[in-house]
Amino acid sequence: MRSRKARPLFARAQTASSDRDFILVARAQSVTLRNNPMRFPALAMIVAMTLPLTAVANPVQDSYRAAAKQESAAFTDFSATRGEAFYKAKTGDVSCASCHGDAPKAHGKHATTGKDILPLAPVANAERFTDAAKVEKWFKRNCSDVLKRACTANEKGDFIAYLLSVK
Amino acid sequence: MKRLDVIWVILSLLPCAVLAADDEKGGKYGGEDRGRTLQPAKLNPAWAKECSACHIAYAPGLLPAESWRRLMSGLDKHFETDASLTAPETQEVTAFLVANASNRWTGSAAPLRITESQWFKSQHGTREVPAAVWKRASVKSASNCQACHAGAATADFNERAIKIPL
Repeated sequence: MRSRKARPLFARAQTASSDRDFILVARAQSVTLRNNPMRFPALAMIVAMTLPLTAVANPVQDSYRAAAKQESAAFTDFSATRGEAFYKAKTGDVSCASCHGDAPKAHGKHATTGKDILPLAPVANAERFTDAAKVEKWFKRNCSDVLKRACTANEKGDFIAYLLSVK
Repeated sequence: MKRLDVIWVILSLLPCAVLAADDEKGGKYGGEDRGRTLQPAKLNPAWAKECSACHIAYAPGLLPAESWRRLMSGLDKHFETDASLTAPETQEVTAFLVANASNRWTGSAAPLRITESQWFKSQHGTREVPAAVWKRASVKSASNCQACHAGAATADFNERAIKIPL
């Protein structure tokens, strides 16, 4: 019974062509797993083993990893501490915080126009750092505005590390 | 109430007399007039999304086509801010702005700032908006239309709806 239920789903997963199909399959599989207590300890173990490594994994942040290594051979990993210093550092009289606020969990305010800016920390705004093109668009603009230059991949990764660390 | 109405009618007719004179010299406001329809019923989603990221998406009819072309070709230096878009986005937004630009602008001036147009200046003279009003924190700047025009983001600048904040 169990295997008969799981097999067609597996077959479907192999042929899933769209994200939506994939979600449907994933949901169906998790239901199958829930119905099978025998599988649960194994699953729990896998989750427990990978959780510390994947808890803050962010694909957009990961996309900067290879470039950061290329920038510096000494690069090991992104740092939330460095990211926070970067976020608050002023160039002239502006910093990231000038518009995004000292507390990135709260709403920000555009320094020139006064327009409301949704929170930058994913804990308060889950949409943040999920769209690579949007992230790049704003790094290009805002690094140019604040730093008068482009940001390095290391800086971008640190910046995201800091915002992901905000709880 | 009645007396106020009369005063308003007189006040609103005053500029008309001035404008009638202007008409004879190449169009209203010296040829720098905003469009009769400020924006079309069918809006462009890229324009709406991108232009409203930092401020309201200013209606295309507020400036002539040449202003929009100039503005959109220098987005990396957009009033001292980098507002650059990708090439396809720039193309799409420019096309929408140009296609719906002011249809009553006959002059050759193509200002980058809406506030530099003659129609804007003549409607926001010191009589309507005293200098001190512009300096209020609640107003912030002349580009902050919605401070007094609550419907600015949807191109509603109806004079009756104006509320100047304290």
